[in-house]
Amino acid sequence: MPCLFVSWRLRVPLSITNIRRFIKTAASQCNDKEESGTTGEKEKGGRMPKHVAIILDGNRRWAEKRGLGPSQGQEAGARTVMENVKDYFSMGINTVSLFAFSTENWGRPGDEVKYIMDMFEKIVKSEMPNLRRYGVKVSVIGKRTNIPEPLLHLIGEAEEATKNNKEKQLIVALDYSGKFDILQACKSLAEMAKNGLINVEDIDENLMDKELMTSCSEFPNPDLLIRTSGEQRISNFYLWQSAYTELYFPSVLWPDFGGAEYFEALDWYQKRQRRFGLRV
Amino acid sequence: MVDQIRHMCVGINQILEQIHGFSRRCLFRVISMGPLPIHLAKKQDLEDGSGHKAGFSALMSMLQYCYELGIKYVTVYAFSIDNFRRKPEEVRSLMDLMLEKIKSLLDKESIVHEYGIHVYFIGNLALLSDQVRAAAEEVMQATAENSRVGLLVCVAYNSTDEIVQAVKKSCVTKLDRDMETIQLVDIEENMQMSVAPDPDILIRSSGETRLSNFLLWQTGSSQLFSPDALWPEIGLRHLVWAILNFQKSHSYFEKKKKKQM
Repeated sequence: MPCLFVSWRLRVPLSITNIRRFIKTAASQCNDKEESGTTGEKEKGGRMPKHVAIILDGNRRWAEKRGLGPSQGQEAGARTVMENVKDYFSMGINTVSLFAFSTENWGRPGDEVKYIMDMFEKIVKSEMPNLRRYGVKVSVIGKRTNIPEPLLHLIGEAEEATKNNKEKQLIVALDYSGKFDILQACKSLAEMAKNGLINVEDIDENLMDKELMTSCSEFPNPDLLIRTSGEQRISNFYLWQSAYTELYFPSVLWPDFGGAEYFEALDWYQKRQRRFGLRV
Repeated sequence: MVDQIRHMCVGINQILEQIHGFSRRCLFRVISMGPLPIHLAKKQDLEDGSGHKAGFSALMSMLQYCYELGIKYVTVYAFSIDNFRRKPEEVRSLMDLMLEKIKSLLDKESIVHEYGIHVYFIGNLALLSDQVRAAAEEVMQATAENSRVGLLVCVAYNSTDEIVQAVKKSCVTKLDRDMETIQLVDIEENMQMSVAPDPDILIRSSGETRLSNFLLWQTGSSQLFSPDALWPEIGLRHLVWAILNFQKSHSYFEKKKKKQM
């Protein structure tokens, strides 16, 4: 019965493999105990990530394979997000980051960029009621200077409407770059030093953490980063934040990344042994 | 009779080494038909005692292959700031091994002289013992004039520490000006790793797929490669495989970059 429910809920085909995945994942969640001790000690295998970050790669290749235009690839990618986003928070996952649009993406053809921005507007409008209903806090991080005004307005409304939600947080990285994030943190700290609030000598990793855009989350550093389409790179997404993140590179293209694939990523994560530089 | 057999064995050994060297160079010529990485970064996982020594031999062989192939920069993650939290005996034995191996780089027969390597030690060297730090500085000075290839050894290093130091230096230089004038290039200039271009490939042995606080700023566009083999087992075939994978995705990546320009 639980498998039937999960299969319906996650829109995952009811196969022996998926039943096994569900049982394994749910069982390790039940057996999960908090590790005592300071940060940096070995994490027990079998824990769920608190923060999952996803680079949504492969929309254009998906379209090319089917003889479609890039816009149709983006649309298929958007559909995948809308169909699956609330299920990303299952199993106690608190924060999900989606790398929706990088600073480098502004270099794409103008009509493709316009299509993508219009699509973001449609998604925010259509998904906001659902995200509010599911208690998801929405945060958008990135430079806002080049985002069209109507979309900026919708983003502001979405963030305001969901700001009091705590259990689940969706971070959308729009016009985001890991290096830019570090640069803006550096400028904030420099400003604080100039105004006498801190000494330059006091700048350390904790202060940097507080000034990065991911400080909007209780769990700013992803435990698991998924990049679809088989490309094995971070591509200027979370650089600082990925210091100890487990990196998972499935070859599936983003529009085809459904519930089953997400389960597989979580299953893979649970098998990792996280040491943070210490001996096992 | 025994002497004759011994001579024969030495002769056969020499022939085998020459055949191995020749086939390796042929292989490299073939691989060189495609684009080559300019900078390769490696993170090896530390093991106990003799594992560390075997790891060092594996490193020397790997450096030889890289420089023979024409790779200009190789960066290795020798010891992280996090590793200081290991047991004191292990840290001490690692420091002793490091001191021994750093000093051996100054030998006339070492790989440094054979390939004209400019050696850099990157990290918070103040955390090292005086002896190790002095040896590192001596090697850097002795190889400062070399310019053929570069070896960057990250020791007492953390990428977040490197970024924090660069951020601090950027703040200090702009303290009397508008903070908005701080640019990416200011932070980049102050990174210790700015002596080399960003790595094209990052190899992490033992099958772990994490950066573990290594070159976070620099590997944004690097291709990541995580063979399952433990570091002392890493050999030529892993390097070749990494480069072939790099070449496969290089043309797609370059096309993507051009479209965005």
